Amino acid sequence: MSRAGLLLCQLLVAVVALVLWQVLATVPVFGRILLPPFFFSNPVDVGSQIVDWFVRGVIWKHLLITLWESILAFVIGSIAGVAVGFWFARQPRVAAVFDPYVKMANALPRVVLAPIFTLWLGLGIWSKVALGVTLVFFIVFFNVYQGVKEVSTTVLDNGRMLGMNERQLTRHVYWPSALSWMFSSLHTAVGFAVVGAVVGEYLGSAAGLGYLIQQAEGVFDVAGVFAGMFVLSAFVILIDLVVTSVERRLLVWRPTAAEGRG
Amino acid sequence: MQAGETAGSTAVALDDATVAFRLADTRVYTAVEKARLTVDHGEFVAIVGPTGCGKSTLLNVAAGLLRPASGTVRIFDRPLTGLNRDAGYLFQADALFPWKTAIDNVAIGLEIAGAPRALALERAQGWLTSVGLGAFGNRYPHMLSGGQRKRIGLAQVLIRDPKILLMDEPFGPLDAQTRQIMGNLLLELWNADRKAVLFVTHDLEEAIALADRVVIMSAGPSARIIGDWRVPLARPRDISEIRMEKDFHALHREIWSVLKDEVMKGYAQSSQAPVGAAS
Repeated sequence: MSRAGLLLCQLLVAVVALVLWQVLATVPVFGRILLPPFFFSNPVDVGSQIVDWFVRGVIWKHLLITLWESILAFVIGSIAGVAVGFWFARQPRVAAVFDPYVKMANALPRVVLAPIFTLWLGLGIWSKVALGVTLVFFIVFFNVYQGVKEVSTTVLDNGRMLGMNERQLTRHVYWPSALSWMFSSLHTAVGFAVVGAVVGEYLGSAAGLGYLIQQAEGVFDVAGVFAGMFVLSAFVILIDLVVTSVERRLLVWRPTAAEGRG
Repeated sequence: MQAGETAGSTAVALDDATVAFRLADTRVYTAVEKARLTVDHGEFVAIVGPTGCGKSTLLNVAAGLLRPASGTVRIFDRPLTGLNRDAGYLFQADALFPWKTAIDNVAIGLEIAGAPRALALERAQGWLTSVGLGAFGNRYPHMLSGGQRKRIGLAQVLIRDPKILLMDEPFGPLDAQTRQIMGNLLLELWNADRKAVLFVTHDLEEAIALADRVVIMSAGPSARIIGDWRVPLARPRDISEIRMEKDFHALHREIWSVLKDEVMKGYAQSSQAPVGAAS
């Protein structure tokens, strides 16, 4: 299928879904409206709600807050994940001691931490950042740990035979390998940073997309909930596009990344 | 190279070197037993043996990557402790740093030794040209073919000007034509300054065509060195031409008569799932 054809088909899916939703929500079928507006709203209302947010400019503040929380969660979680992952991989004894606790902490559903973070860090952005960090950290940590552990022994031996000392091995072999694994988990990590931010906002905050959705839900404003969801989806897709372009720059040396350039 | 210091001396001397690995169930697997082998300065020695006989193990011992359980390793008449700093090692598997471009891969050996980056890159470019890849410096390893990667690997090792060159079936994964081209390239580069070379291969023809001496190992476990032949062929050689010569055939027949039995033994053992796969 050509690019244009594919795009057309993709658009068609959206149009059909929206039209179906609009029709079922407004036109009675056999005397009944299948999607009662109270529960399902309709695309026109949702669309006008979104337009209204952007026209009045109220959405920008929430978008910026969520974006800022996501970025902070991603950066802090990644730095911590790389540092600890690297440390554990190079010090197997430390890793062995902490292993059960790492597993325990990772097994914990992060949502239950939200009230604690709110209690500790208040209703501002930092409780959301903390929630995002707990999600991002483990993804990056496990990837970096794996990346350092699975450095090819041949490449390591080659480094040694070329005269590298431990410090140079770290810099020229372990480090690039760890970073490449971190970058390969970039999409997941960024996605979870956003999840952490939005869930945190939803559970208690004064601003952000999660707050917007939660507020609308509180007053049974279904159009508002859907509008929030659509804005959130668009937001995540935009971030993902940025991540993809960053990834292509950073992983040129990788066969898969380069082939995907097409 | 300090020719005065090393000329005439033995580059690599393994004396009764035995290499054993401890298996998971506390049994001990002896890969190589009492190997006695010398490589003189400027000499090209090829080790040939059936698969899994411990050829690479012997090479790793000479490189200092493995310690022998008993016996001694001497490099230029000094006992080897730790890694062999006089040796360059060309590995069988891909050993280039995949995150570095070709030229950075070649330059790294000088850079970590403290050479300024500009100088290292300049020398690396020279070596890339020597191996016929002058225009490929900014490619990453995955963008190069198997043969090209081996050339980069050769340049990466040779730029440090090691006195000893250890090569572990370096052309193993390449197709027949590329192997011949690589063999000629290797001989050409080696001819320039005649380093001591220890070259492991399972291909007897390749061994005779390249080497001054061919050493045969028995099938493992507890592989031994069972034969040592001098190759009476004149240099410089052309790998593809030399295979036609009468002396080549005579020597090949002579060595093969010994090697054949070991190859069959090795084959029989490898089809019975032996303990501990050591190649």
